[in-house]
Amino acid sequence: MDFITFVIERYNYWIFIVLMMIGLYTVIARGNLIKKLIGLNVFQTSVFIYYISIGKITGGTAPIYTSADMEARAGGHDAAALPGKDALGEGGLHTTGGDFASAGNSLEELTKAPHSAPPAEALHSVPGAANDLLSSPALTVNDHAAAAADAAHAASNVIYSNPLPHVLILTAIVVGVATTAVGLALVVRIREAYGSIEEGELEAVDVVAEFGVESGDGARA
Amino acid sequence: MSLAHQLPIIPVITPLLAAPIAILLPNGRLAHLWATAISWIVFAACALLLRDVATAGVISYHMGDWAPPIGIEYRIDLANALVLTLVSGIAAAVIPFSFASIRTEIDERQMPLFYAASLICMVGLLGVTITGDAFNVFVFLEISSLSTYALVALGARRDRRALTASFNYLVMGTIGATFFVIGLGLLYQATGTLNMADLKLHLAGNNNRMVEAGFAFILVGMGLKAAMFPMHLWMPNAYTYAPSAVSAFLASTSTKVAVYVIIRFIYSVIGADFDFASAAFAYVLTPLAVAGMFFASIVAIFQADVKRMLAYSSVGQIGYMLLGISFGTEQGLSASLVHLFNHGLMKGALFMAVAAVVLRTGSHKISAFEGLARKMPFTAAAFIIAGLSLIGVPLTVGFISKWQLLSAAFDSGRPWAGFLIVASSLLAVVYIGRVIELMILRPAPEGELKEAPLSMLAPLWVLAAANIYFGLNTQLTVNLAERAAAALIGGGP
Repeated sequence: MDFITFVIERYNYWIFIVLMMIGLYTVIARGNLIKKLIGLNVFQTSVFIYYISIGKITGGTAPIYTSADMEARAGGHDAAALPGKDALGEGGLHTTGGDFASAGNSLEELTKAPHSAPPAEALHSVPGAANDLLSSPALTVNDHAAAAADAAHAASNVIYSNPLPHVLILTAIVVGVATTAVGLALVVRIREAYGSIEEGELEAVDVVAEFGVESGDGARA
Repeated sequence: MSLAHQLPIIPVITPLLAAPIAILLPNGRLAHLWATAISWIVFAACALLLRDVATAGVISYHMGDWAPPIGIEYRIDLANALVLTLVSGIAAAVIPFSFASIRTEIDERQMPLFYAASLICMVGLLGVTITGDAFNVFVFLEISSLSTYALVALGARRDRRALTASFNYLVMGTIGATFFVIGLGLLYQATGTLNMADLKLHLAGNNNRMVEAGFAFILVGMGLKAAMFPMHLWMPNAYTYAPSAVSAFLASTSTKVAVYVIIRFIYSVIGADFDFASAAFAYVLTPLAVAGMFFASIVAIFQADVKRMLAYSSVGQIGYMLLGISFGTEQGLSASLVHLFNHGLMKGALFMAVAAVVLRTGSHKISAFEGLARKMPFTAAAFIIAGLSLIGVPLTVGFISKWQLLSAAFDSGRPWAGFLIVASSLLAVVYIGRVIELMILRPAPEGELKEAPLSMLAPLWVLAAANIYFGLNTQLTVNLAERAAAALIGGGP
């Protein structure tokens, strides 16, 4: 029973691993260059899913201010109270619990909401489980996410998901798109130069060109 | 805020902004002049950074004035200042050098694009080196990789196999980079931070399987990029079929930067005191390094193509660097950094000499080198100097790095490693000696064969002279590398 719970609680990681293996296998096993690129894409997508899932917090919403937050902020406070660049520029943030905490404090002041820290377990999609991926000790309590959730919770009882992994993976998606574009452009050029996009045929043609067997026929450019 | 405070951003921002302008320039000659000017500015900035770091200690630059660990930090200590100087120095030599060679190897209309891609590749490599943010490493890595794929594929006009070589490099490179991202994800999940110094603080004492898995992914991903022995298969083809000037630039910079990232993650992020780091030294890095040293050198002996031979030799030389790291001692790390720098100088000079030969004879087969010492004496002499340096003959940089490696091996109680280093150097004697023998002893080929133009000879000889200068005056490299290694291991500045 324990084992089944162990497996089910980590279903997001299983999806990631299965997709990753499918992608990697496709890259290795397929001779067709387009299929290789598709495999590469599946492989990269699995990593995107992994990053997205580690940013998710149970009950957490998208990290966008809700209307309640907006009203609270509009209520008599100027922009200086917003979690902005100035709060970040002061340095030493890490030791004081992160910028979100200081931002949260100002939000707390203006909303006069009672400060109560959310349970740490709420930080992950599976309570208490995602914390110890690979059954390691609970090192994984995420300082910044904790601070962020703490601040958000204090302000308006809204829990936000951690946006940072999502932003990171947006960058990685752009990189993935660029890689696919370059890869497809290369496939087009290979098709023009060789008349084939099957790896086996390309190698055969190259061997013929290199060692001169069946020249003329095999080495057509 | 004076310009001096903005110095750390200059190596990255200047070529990044200059690259689109290079595309707009109407012809190859203008683009070449533009790229040359930019590469010299960047080299000057990197040299100034090295001087500042050597005298005043670590420089921390906060991107957009956002304080770390939230903001992106550029952190320059001696180790990366040394690599920055190497990368920008090689670029400052190869870009002026490239014009005559590239003009014959690629389409005239593509030359502005070529220089734009070169500048972007340079941005990527410098960015990977300079940044103190782990995710930023990935972004810059992909910037350099994407432009590298395009640069390698440009060789298709001479040989269409450049296309398949580039495609294979793209597949392998993307797998490597994605592994690296997975590793970063695991470290991020374990700590909630991406700043390298901050990561180290959070990871200290937290030895668990998640961190271990992250470290393994990073090591494998970067090993792919660095052409660590069993993962080197993309490299010989890519270097052989890329345009000659591109091979010269990549061979002396890109794998070195990947080795630097491995060093950085082992010492500045994970910390070498972890059990699994020392286990990785003993059971992964050492055997792979030794296997690479011998396997790749033996394969190099049997190559009929000089560029491919030099590429296999690079795999072996990466083995020396990894062996130095795997000793786990300060001396080994310092030897590894010295060799990283010196090998960039040697391989740069060797590939540039090959590019000059390709320009005149149209071939990089070993047969094209017959009797060249008479027809192209300056090119041949530079090749011989750099070749002797690769073997490790005294008075050259190669000797200095081999000497450092040997003393590190004996001092750390690994005499067997010392003997292996000497034995594999003998293999280098065979493959380099084969080419030198052909150049000197064979009769000169029939027909007219001119010496390479001055625009190629001058940068080539600058690098060849650097091979001797840094072999005689070890103050700069060895001294700085020792201090850099002490800082990396000690964790201090």
